[in-house]
Order: sequence, then structure tokens, then C-alpha cells
Amino acid sequence: MTYKMFFAGSGGQGVLMMGQAIAYAAMMEGKEVTFMPSYGPEMRGGTANCTVIVSDKPISCPLINEADAVVVMNPPSLTKFESMVSPGGKLFVNTSLIDFAPTRTDVEITDIAANDVAKDIGLARSANIVMLGAVAQGVGIVSAASVRKVMSKLFSGSKAHLLEPNLKALDVYLKGE
Amino acid sequence: MSEKVLMKGNEAFGEAAIRGGARFYFGYPITPQNEVPEFMSRELNKRGGQFVQAESELAAVNMAYGAAAAGGRVFISTSSPGFALMQEGMSFMASAEIPVVAMNVSRGGPGVGGIQPGQADYFQATRGGGNGDYHIPVFAPSTLQEAVDMIYEAFEIADKYRNPVLILADGMMGQMMEPVVLPEQKEQLQSEDIASRKPWALTGWGGKEKRSTVVSLHMKPDVLEECVEKLFVKYRAAEKELVRYETHDLEGAQVVFVAFGTMARIVSEAMEMLGEQGIKAGMIRPQSLWPYPYCAFDEIDTATTKVVISTELSMGQMLQDVNIGVCGRWPTDLIYRTGGIVPTSLEIVERTKKILEGLKK
Repeated sequence: MTYKMFFAGSGGQGVLMMGQAIAYAAMMEGKEVTFMPSYGPEMRGGTANCTVIVSDKPISCPLINEADAVVVMNPPSLTKFESMVSPGGKLFVNTSLIDFAPTRTDVEITDIAANDVAKDIGLARSANIVMLGAVAQGVGIVSAASVRKVMSKLFSGSKAHLLEPNLKALDVYLKGE
Repeated sequence: MSEKVLMKGNEAFGEAAIRGGARFYFGYPITPQNEVPEFMSRELNKRGGQFVQAESELAAVNMAYGAAAAGGRVFISTSSPGFALMQEGMSFMASAEIPVVAMNVSRGGPGVGGIQPGQADYFQATRGGGNGDYHIPVFAPSTLQEAVDMIYEAFEIADKYRNPVLILADGMMGQMMEPVVLPEQKEQLQSEDIASRKPWALTGWGGKEKRSTVVSLHMKPDVLEECVEKLFVKYRAAEKELVRYETHDLEGAQVVFVAFGTMARIVSEAMEMLGEQGIKAGMIRPQSLWPYPYCAFDEIDTATTKVVISTELSMGQMLQDVNIGVCGRWPTDLIYRTGGIVPTSLEIVERTKKILEGLKK
């Protein structure tokens, strides 16, 4: 099985980190993965997106025509990328920042108020990790345990003190093992 | 064998060079390969080497020339316009028979162009962007694992032929992440061992009867001609020994794509999609661009193949080599995007169907 995912938002929202975490977790489970970020002159405030493919066979093309799951973190990303969701696919919308509804009716939409939830648990900067938990739970291509293990790799060394709060953010929506 | 690690292309290229024994890196920042010098600045000094940020690409290539002439194992990297600036050095090093491994993480051109992926440095790479009669072996990986393996081996090839070797990747490969299995760390050649291992290198007179010299200036035409002919004995050998390619599904194919690097990956997916629509497609994937695998075209299925399509991120630069390989046996065509645009597999499928319809008329 090959599962294609697309994450989009603005620079600084941690969009690439979400994609990397899924790719990392899948690799640890012995799956084939590719992670392809958009790149450009923008930094914070510009657009950022990435494509992640997870498969049980070698992946030829790291680019995609459509995605089984699309995650949008800000309003322009929903407008621009909702058409990328394959029919019957999943669309994760950050309703904290996006105040209009998707136009697609043939996809499964999950509303997550990622920034609000993060703020409520006192971790305003972890909106991406809240969303990551919801995505990992919703698509089910990697185990919860693998994603948690990735967290301990991403938040190590000088960032080790961020591990525990981010696991808390992750586990708002990520359940089970 | 070590375990898989998830790495960004540019960092994997740097790691492969260090593991391949590179002790010296000289570079100047340019997108989309900035993570290579960044990685080298962080890692190389810790691991027994030297990183220098040069003041320009011209300076970087000449530092490489100097360090390699003294017997050091040298890696340099840049992107398209930067590699244009390095061409003088490439010609001089080929002339002076100096081994260096260079990497071009190419982007759209001409001129300053853009920073998105391109393959329009094909002529620059394979025809020689510098002056004079010389060649540079060019290898084009299409996965990060292949890039790592090619860089690792390139140092041996450069030493064997005493010639620069080029790894031609593109911005997409530099920026993407993929799991790689890293090869063993090779032992670095230490300064005191250079004289015995590389007797031609400039290690000081040291009481030798005849001192080593490295020159690329030969004022007497007959001497220069002799030197060039000597280079071409090497190049003729390289043309036999360094040809590398893969073929996929040529038997029974109606369409044969020719694609390298990033494009080969997109073509692979397009081939599957065409297959689902009842169009059998095959592919020749050159891994060495010089020497070019002309012999691969002899494996094309004469009974079924209707057209050979060069598929590239440039305006048909490789099509010239495809035409030489095809040698009039099949019609040829071109599917391209340029300027930094990478086509989708869907786009390749649609264009291929148009080409096939055109052939029927």
C-alpha cells in the first residue's frame, strides 16, 4: 500500500516538522518513505508545504498528483490545496485560523482547532504537534508509539526540556499504542 | 551494514563525501545546495578535515585545485551558476590531471536563473564548460541512496583516472529527505602517507631525485598535443569502463523514455500509469552522462517500439545524445519542462499520448 500526504501552512507554523515526523515514524517501522519540501526564498510568514509518501514498496516518484490526506494550517492553504485531496480522502483543517468551510463534499473533513487547543493546555507554540497527533490518529498509517518515539528524537539535546510538553500536545488527539 | 537514517539530500551528500575519505571542502553558498557547506562547516573539522568558506566559486575551485595537487582528497559543491564560475578550474584540473570530486545540485538557468530544480546544465556537464580538449566523468543519481553510493565511489574513480569527477544532482534531490544506508568510513589519507600513495603529488622535494610538477601550461604545440593525446588514452579507457545505466521494461514497450536523475523517478510513475491505460512503456536511465550509455539503445525492442522520448528538465539537451544512441532506428521526441518546473507524472502521460497520436497521422 502507498499512502500520500500533503501538509501546507505558512512558514514558522511547523508544517515541515509535521511531515518529517510522519516520515521518520514510518521509516522506523521499516516502511519506505520520501519527504519532499517546497523550497523558496521565503522564511517566516511565507508559504511552506511538504509531501510525504509512505509505502511498503520502493517509492519511484516523490511528487504527487493527489493526496490521500491533506493537512491545511492556514486559510490560503485550504483555498489552494483542497483540490489535491483524492476523492474519499481525508482533509484536516486548522479551524483556529481558517474561518471558512472547505468546498469539497466528497472527502472526509476533520476540523481541529489546533492553535486554540494548544493555547488551552498552555503550549501556544505546539499547534503543529496538536495537529500531528490528530493526523496520525486519523490516517492510522503509523502507530502512536512510533510517533511518540520520534518526538523523543526531535526533542533531544538542547531541546530535551520540550519533550514532555510536546508529548502532552501530541496526546490530545493521539490515542492508544 | 549500518541501519537506515532519514537524511536531507544535501546533508547526505556531505556525509557520503566525508565517509569517502574527503578531508578538504571549499565552497561558497548558493541555493539549493546551501546545506552542503553548512553540514561540512559543522562536521568536517570534527572529523579530521578542513572546511573553508571561499570568497567566491572561482576561489573555491582553485583552493580545491591546490589542495588536491598537494595530494588531499577534496570535495566541492555548488549549483548551476556557481558551477559555471568553476569551469576554468575544471579545465585546469583535467589538464593537470588532478583528482577532485565536484557536485552540481543544479537549478533552472540560463544566467542567474531561479532556484528550483533543473537539468539544463547537461551540456555544461557533458560537453565541458571549460576550454580545451578534456572530459569529466559525470554521474547522475536518481535516489539519495544512489547519490551517496556514487559520491563514495567517485573519489576512487577520480584518483584512478587522475581527473575531476562530477556528480550531477538537482534541487529536488538536494532538498528532499529519504532513508539512506551510509557506507563505512574510509580511512583518511594522512599528509605523511601522501608521497608514497600519490607519487605525483606536490609534497615537497624531500630528497627525491626528480621533483613532482603539476602544470597545465605547455608552450610548445607538439608537447601540448602529446599531453592531450595522453589524456585521451585515459578518456578512451573511461568510455569503456565507466558507462552505467539501467533499463526498465524495454521488452514489448511501445514507448521508450530516456530520463536521468529526478526525471527518471517521475517517468517511472508515468510508466505505471500508462501501463494501466494499456500503453506499454519502458525506460533507459543513464547513470553516467559522460560516458553516455549509447549501447543501451541496442536493447530497445525493435518489434514493438514506436518512439523514443527524451524526458528532461531542459530544452532537449540530452535529446542530442538520445539521437546518437537511436541512430535513426526509431523516431525520437522530447518531453520537457524547464525554468525550474518539474512536471507531474500525469503531465508526462498526457504528453506521451499526444506524441503517440501524432505518430498515427
